[in-house]
Amino acid sequence: MTALLTVSGLSKRFRGLKAVSNVSFSVPEGRILALIGPNGAGKTTTFNLIAGVFPADEGTVTLKGTRLGGLKPNQICAAGIGRTFQIVKPFGALTVEENVVVGALARERSVAVARAQARAVLERLELADQAARPARSLTLPDRKRLEVARALATRPTLLLLDEVLAGLRPTEVDRMVEVLRDLNRREGLTILMIEHVMRAVMALSDQVVVLDHGEKIADGTPAEVVADPRVVESYLGAEEA
Amino acid sequence: MTGRGIVLLVLAGLLLAVAPLVGDRYVVSVLTTVLWFAYVGQAWNVMMGFSGLLSLGHALYVGLGAYVSAALFVHYGIGPWAGMLLAMLVSVAVGTFIGFLGFRFGVKGVHFSLLTIAFAEVARIGFDHIQWLGGSGGLFLPVEAGVSDPLNLRGSPTLFYYVILALVLGALALSRVLLHSRLGYQWLAVREDPEAAEAVGVDLFRARMTAVAVSSALTALGGVFQAFYFNNLFPEQVFSMGRSIEIILPAIVGGIGTLIGPILGAFILTPLGEGLTFLIEAGGLDLPGLKQLFYGVALVTIVVFRPEGVWPWLARRLRLVRQPGEEA
Repeated sequence: MTALLTVSGLSKRFRGLKAVSNVSFSVPEGRILALIGPNGAGKTTTFNLIAGVFPADEGTVTLKGTRLGGLKPNQICAAGIGRTFQIVKPFGALTVEENVVVGALARERSVAVARAQARAVLERLELADQAARPARSLTLPDRKRLEVARALATRPTLLLLDEVLAGLRPTEVDRMVEVLRDLNRREGLTILMIEHVMRAVMALSDQVVVLDHGEKIADGTPAEVVADPRVVESYLGAEEA
Repeated sequence: MTGRGIVLLVLAGLLLAVAPLVGDRYVVSVLTTVLWFAYVGQAWNVMMGFSGLLSLGHALYVGLGAYVSAALFVHYGIGPWAGMLLAMLVSVAVGTFIGFLGFRFGVKGVHFSLLTIAFAEVARIGFDHIQWLGGSGGLFLPVEAGVSDPLNLRGSPTLFYYVILALVLGALALSRVLLHSRLGYQWLAVREDPEAAEAVGVDLFRARMTAVAVSSALTALGGVFQAFYFNNLFPEQVFSMGRSIEIILPAIVGGIGTLIGPILGAFILTPLGEGLTFLIEAGGLDLPGLKQLFYGVALVTIVVFRPEGVWPWLARRLRLVRQPGEEA
């Protein structure tokens, strides 16, 4: 199994605080990997390092054998990584469809073609009936869906999802899990997701990486990871308390 | 737009087309002023309205366009139709230089606006000392009464009226095409959320630089018009902070980021100023500053009650544009 994304020895400090420390893992092509851990574990920082928001102090990120170091976020997108934001960032004054059109224009020069692609993606994310509404008028679950739709429209080979299930009701979680599973199974989309909803992590992911205080403390199948005493102590146990 | 909106737009266009035939000199001169502000307002709107870049120094591009074309005409006899190309080029060069400084070195938001003011002020003071361009004493274009020479933009007020009307319609068409293009979508995305725009593949630097280039080029044409219409240029006036503010008012009042907003805004503001002058004179209340006081109060009232601009509200009320969710 070839690795699509390889993160190797990644470190990042913010004014002396070690946000991410020597983290390595790889995401195999066509799989779903979940990144879990308590708040402040360095998950979103890891995402931002992969997405080129800021440079790493040490370590490398490679996509299909190509080093991504030094690239800007738009170049990372062009390389094939789509991302969502934990705190959703819709283009508020634009309609839902226009939001997704902007995503589709990443790989498409014609606005008409991009619009057709956007409509297909909206259909997929069950947002088609909201297409003409201003994005700022959407409910939170729909905004989360819009984040995924916009990232998906850039036609990524790897999709980074930052807590897209947080704040959703159980039925909505199930619907989103279905959509993501479908994208993965049918189109072979590789997904790297930060997630707190353990039910979804167990249902979706092939592999789980656990971070704590910026360091990787476990890496394995969902079953292996939830049985790991260190994971139970630092994360799962804390959640039950 | 709805059918009703298109009908109204065509009617307004026709009315403007025949205005010089039915109106007197005063009407033509007021309408020329209105259209000039509508034009530069549209040009400014490309930066602020489409791309979220607040320029408070747009008089700079008016001045550069005016001085470059006037100097070519006065010193070398080169007419404005050729001169405007160099005028636009110089304006774009300066605009993109400011943009380069701002966007490469992360000068954002308010600080970018300060940068635009700084350059306009440097030009205002600097041009005072360029004797070749008349310095603070002003640069004057030769005026010959009764000459009609459209190729050199010399002629009657009616000629100028139609030139500025064509510029407004041209800028409106260009803005519309740009807004519906790939670049236009990327501008709007950058305006709404730069970080999210970058994440979906938008090159922020490039998007912002093209907005500055388009806006400064269009504004320079407004300067060329101004030079040949008024036939005199003073750095104190053309580059002034007050002029920069006058340029942004039509879009703010009409609706920032909309296509019709800057035009409607100009049609509200200039007649408002003229009307106040008339009323104050008729009332015999010739106190200095009184007009500015009323003008300011009227502006504040509009902005307080229609913060998104008059056009979006009017378009909704009169159903001139299709509302979100409505079918074609």
